Amino acid sequence: MVNLNVKIGSLTLKNPVMTASGTFGYGEEFADFIDLSRLGGIIVKGTTLNPRQGNPYPRMAETPSGMLNAVGLQNKGVDYFAQHIYPGIKDLDTRVIVNVSGASIEDYVGVCERLRGLDKVAAIEVNISCPNVKQGGMSFGTTCDGCESVVSAVRRAWDRTMIVKLTPNVTDITEIARAAEGAGTDAVSLTNTFLGMAIDVERQRPVLSTITGGLSGACIRPIAVRMVWQVANAVSVPVVGLGGIMNGRDAVEFMLAGATAVQIGTANFIDPQVTVKAVEYIQDYMQRHGMASCAELTGAMKGV
Amino acid sequence: MVMKQVMDFTVKANDKHGDNYSLLKLAPVKGSVPPVKPGQFVQVEVPNSKTTYLRRPISINYADTHELWLLVRRAGAGTRSLCDTQEGSVLSVVLPLGNGFTTDVKGTALLIGGGVGIAPLLMLGSKLAVRGVDVQFLLGARSMSDLLELDLFRQTAPVHVATEDGSLGHKGLVTTHPVLQSDEITHIACCGPMPMMKAVAAIARERGINCEVSLENMMACGLGACLCCVEDTKDEGNVCVCTDGPVFNINRLKW
Ligand SMILES: Cc1cc2nc3c(=O)[nH]c(=O)nc-3n(C[C@H](O)[C@H](O)[C@H](O)COP(=O)(O)OP(=O)(O)OC[C@H]3O[C@@H](n4cnc5c(N)ncnc54)[C@H](O)[C@@H]3O)c2cc1C
Ligand SMILES: Cc1cc2nc3c(=O)[nH]c(=O)nc-3n(C[C@H](O)[C@H](O)[C@H](O)COP(=O)(O)O)c2cc1C
Ligand code: FES
Repeated sequence: MVNLNVKIGSLTLKNPVMTASGTFGYGEEFADFIDLSRLGGIIVKGTTLNPRQGNPYPRMAETPSGMLNAVGLQNKGVDYFAQHIYPGIKDLDTRVIVNVSGASIEDYVGVCERLRGLDKVAAIEVNISCPNVKQGGMSFGTTCDGCESVVSAVRRAWDRTMIVKLTPNVTDITEIARAAEGAGTDAVSLTNTFLGMAIDVERQRPVLSTITGGLSGACIRPIAVRMVWQVANAVSVPVVGLGGIMNGRDAVEFMLAGATAVQIGTANFIDPQVTVKAVEYIQDYMQRHGMASCAELTGAMKGV
Repeated sequence: MVMKQVMDFTVKANDKHGDNYSLLKLAPVKGSVPPVKPGQFVQVEVPNSKTTYLRRPISINYADTHELWLLVRRAGAGTRSLCDTQEGSVLSVVLPLGNGFTTDVKGTALLIGGGVGIAPLLMLGSKLAVRGVDVQFLLGARSMSDLLELDLFRQTAPVHVATEDGSLGHKGLVTTHPVLQSDEITHIACCGPMPMMKAVAAIARERGINCEVSLENMMACGLGACLCCVEDTKDEGNVCVCTDGPVFNINRLKW
């Protein structure tokens, strides 16, 4: 029998497969297709202090083996989440993790303070890819100082498990990962989307209303695998790997590179059952390779 | 609520209509087609297209327990590849999606379709006719050869036609067809290109006729999870076309 449990900080997941924020709604959207209790965890939509309408349509452009999105964190705010969404998902037999976003440090802290009262929120994932409004819109996650300032403030406001989600749009992601570790996070997850752009050549206009957007899907996987490998070698906290995972094989690839757990995002749009299939694949893979626990799989890449 | 499913379907027939359209007649590999409402759609995985990554939203043209029809126009690589699928090949389909048209209609309903937008109106017409509603179709196309399934529409209810080149019926856009001026019309359901739906909505507003339109915003998930497909509404701001729509009463829309 293989044991699929994994630990992230003080949090135990029943298996290493989670859903990526913004791609799985609040879980209910997929309840017709899969048994949500078979997931390691559900990372819900990016949640902010105040409601956000997001960016104007069009927000999506398909690209070779991927897509660009410019949703812009549309959500009804943390109070709405607490009152209307949380009661419906708190009793799910899986870990509910809230992805926290903000335009200022006070925003992040404010969301955490409101989530503290919700017992079944097992962890938060801090999305530091958001633009810092007070710093001219530059993303918190692109400088060590920016990262450290958010992470240490959130750390003071949140004593359950905390995962910091890194943006790949930086020169050296290991520096930012170290800054997050130094500021007290329990884990890091990577990657968020890659900044990209698409132009409608006939109309000679940008496809997205925001001109640029975030690239996700299979096309980013090799870059994300490389970054996960680099970060896993640079920090001692657990690394959650994501970016272009389309199936169980891809999930195993991230774990071999050093990920303790994985998240699946865009692939849910193509196969709404992909997450459960990935859990089954990992279990079968570990059996075939004589691995008794996920710890034997994490970082098991040979020949380096 | 009918459960959404991912199902494999076999292509039983691919009836080509001219160079630009295919009517795909599908049958489930196993099990039966779930109950669907007129105006609902499916998300089809596109085989054999190197550049198509996401599923494609396509309206349900007709469905019963053992058959599902999709009427597809070649718009780009994905729909081209769908139009070229061989009989016997298998397609993965997520269904049923979206809200569908209102069927609780009284009086005379005019169902207006343009181009491939006629697809969901066939089932809507039959459903309304069964409920005793006086149904009329107004179908528009560039030319006679772009009018699809005309016989099936005629079997269901009286059909008015508008072609831009005058090759059949009224010459001009559907919005200039005299039937739109008839005082009998109490309800309009419309699906077609945006400019057509906007023009129909304007006429409906002016004449105080209840009107629903079916939107075709670009979609990724089709499940209300990604928030890519939003339409800005008067009452709720940005809502998902894939779950709150694709059918909207024009009173909710900002255009
Ligand atoms: C609810 C819904 C129901 C639909 N029903 C049908 C149907 O019954 N039959 C049918 O043939 N088509 C239907 N469509 C449109 C169809 O989904 C698009 O034509 C298709 O996604 C284009 O994909 P492609 O790969 O062929 O083209 P792409 O290469 O992706 O694009 C080609 C061109 O089509 C445009 N386009 C892309 N996506 C859409 C879209 N969602 N709507 C309109 N234009 C688009 C692009 O801007 C581009 O100009 C429906 C769309 C929606 C949202
Ligand atoms: C439509 C969409 C919305 C997203 N929203 C969020 C979000 O709110 N917060 C966040 O941290 N990441 C968000 N992401 C990024 C994903 O969680 C994930 O990091 C990225 O898509 C890469 O993984 P994938 O290739 O498996 O999708 C979003 C991605 C997509 C495609
Ligand atoms: S297409 Fe994803 S929410 Fe509508």
